Amino acid sequence: MKLHTLVLREIFERKSQLLTSFLAILLGITVIVSIKNITYYSEQAVAREMDSLGANVLVLPKSSTLQDYYAADMQGETIPEEYVTRLAMSDLAGLDNLSPKLSLPVELQGKTFTLTGILPKNEFQAKAAWGGAGIFSRPVGCGASVGMMGSTDKKTQARKRVIETLEDSEVLVGADVAGKLGLKEADTMDVLGKTFSVTAVLPQTGTVDDSRIFAHLHVVQDLSKKGPVINAIEVIGCCQEISNGLVEKVNRLLPDAKVVTITQIAASQININRMMSNLSLMFLMIIMFVGGASIANYMYANVFERRREIGTLMALGANSGLVLRIFLLKALILGVAGGIGGYVIGTILAVVLGPKLAGVNVLPMPLLALLAVGISVLLALVASYFPARRAARLDPCATFQEI
Amino acid sequence: MLKMENVSKTYRHRGQLVTAMNGANAEIPEGDFVCIVGPSGSGKSTLLLMLGGMLSPSGGRVFLDGQSIYDLDSNGRAELRKQQIGFVFQTFNLVPYLSAIENVQIPLYLVGADNPSQQARAEELLTRVGLADRMHHKPSELSVGQQQRVALARMLANDPAVILADEPTGNLDPETSQQVIDFLEEVNSEGRTVVMVTHDPRAAERAKRILRLDRGAIVSEKPGRKTRHTAA
Repeated sequence: MKLHTLVLREIFERKSQLLTSFLAILLGITVIVSIKNITYYSEQAVAREMDSLGANVLVLPKSSTLQDYYAADMQGETIPEEYVTRLAMSDLAGLDNLSPKLSLPVELQGKTFTLTGILPKNEFQAKAAWGGAGIFSRPVGCGASVGMMGSTDKKTQARKRVIETLEDSEVLVGADVAGKLGLKEADTMDVLGKTFSVTAVLPQTGTVDDSRIFAHLHVVQDLSKKGPVINAIEVIGCCQEISNGLVEKVNRLLPDAKVVTITQIAASQININRMMSNLSLMFLMIIMFVGGASIANYMYANVFERRREIGTLMALGANSGLVLRIFLLKALILGVAGGIGGYVIGTILAVVLGPKLAGVNVLPMPLLALLAVGISVLLALVASYFPARRAARLDPCATFQEI
Repeated sequence: MLKMENVSKTYRHRGQLVTAMNGANAEIPEGDFVCIVGPSGSGKSTLLLMLGGMLSPSGGRVFLDGQSIYDLDSNGRAELRKQQIGFVFQTFNLVPYLSAIENVQIPLYLVGADNPSQQARAEELLTRVGLADRMHHKPSELSVGQQQRVALARMLANDPAVILADEPTGNLDPETSQQVIDFLEEVNSEGRTVVMVTHDPRAAERAKRILRLDRGAIVSEKPGRKTRHTAA
């Protein structure tokens, strides 16, 4: 005879009474696990999609329109380059990369192209699709913010190293430009009266970028004679931060600029993720109330039903601490079983339904097992504590028929 | 060994003051076999509960081996019961989902005995009460007589010095009652003190002393048949 023998025997003897409470906690944990699991992989999918599209937030002049996302910097209006500094100096979380751009139409051999001034590393980091160019490595994940003008920290040093790589006389050309002008690496070309050497020909992207010639931002500013201005700042914002109001925060920081995002993706997929996250929270609250109430109700009934047995144990020498442990151990077993069962069923549901509901492939997340068991055990213990305490304080005289 | 000094117990029930014990005094020396008789509501079970440290008196004191029981806290009294007192009840109070042997093991588990010694002792006791072939039966699979024998085995598990029996024959047929009283006599002859509450005059006659309780006070005491025979 051990404590767990006593508890397990009672559970199996009266399992039908326990069933409702067990199902309440099992279903609750199942739903939480499956939603959390699907949400996680859905967020990952959105993050990957955002990443593959490059910049997902644009800072533009107030008067510009956004008819073509990829040509948003070609409308002639400008904003001060100082905005880049302001963004970089801010403490806004989720600004993964900043790419200021200034674009000018140029005519070469009777064909119109776009000369775009960039701060090189920023530009390349922002364009995951250009990874094949092999010049710069692309940052992974959020938080790899670039430096700002005039700063002396490590980020600025990183930026300077990049500037040294793309000299004032160097250009990168898009695939269409190279094709139409017959350019290849190490060739030279004249643009607006200045001679550049072609450092690299960029792979085809299928966007307006294929018709661009990229030069250093400050060189393009000199050629345009417009001063230290830019047409747009492309920003890679973390998906999660965008959903948490990053755009509004950037808007507050730069009230004279227009801040837009890829609404089709950010609005729909992020909204789905937010909805899933809210659903998960809602289910957590429901399980806390319904599951907790069900367990507490069952435990009170169980204590009432077993009062003679508790009195007998006390008559035989059991102290109140032991009686408390008997009921809390029962709650612990209920919680662990509900948590593990909920994790297993929830994971199976997520893996099976994930592709159908959210269009993403879902894999099991072992970390969720800890969350499931943690919530389940905590809930069972909290809900059972007061009934268990009542049992521990029972009058052992209930054992006898008369007083 | 057991001593009650001017013990009283009052409580309120539906607004009315009820007196369950009213200045009871008793002394029960070691090895005694005392029967407590009296009409229903006279305070017999209350007295037994008080001797077992399960119901604190409103006034007076109860001693076990010179120790004032109710000067101990509830855990101290539980410890005292665990080490020195064996209970047996009219309705047996077996744990319904445990087998006979597991029921007998409970007091042994409570004193911290390991599993093999729990099992050995429980088997020995169940064999002694004639239930060697029913050890793994649940109470619902046993007759009432067999259930009371399991309760008797459980009562002896921790080798208690004091046995408190609350109408142990109340639910039994005459033949089984006889066996239970025989058994209590047997454990008394081993030197244990037995205090038994009963309505059954024939069972009471088997004690060394009979205390009559009325309205919460001991109103008379007479020797049992056994004592009379010994004296004769």
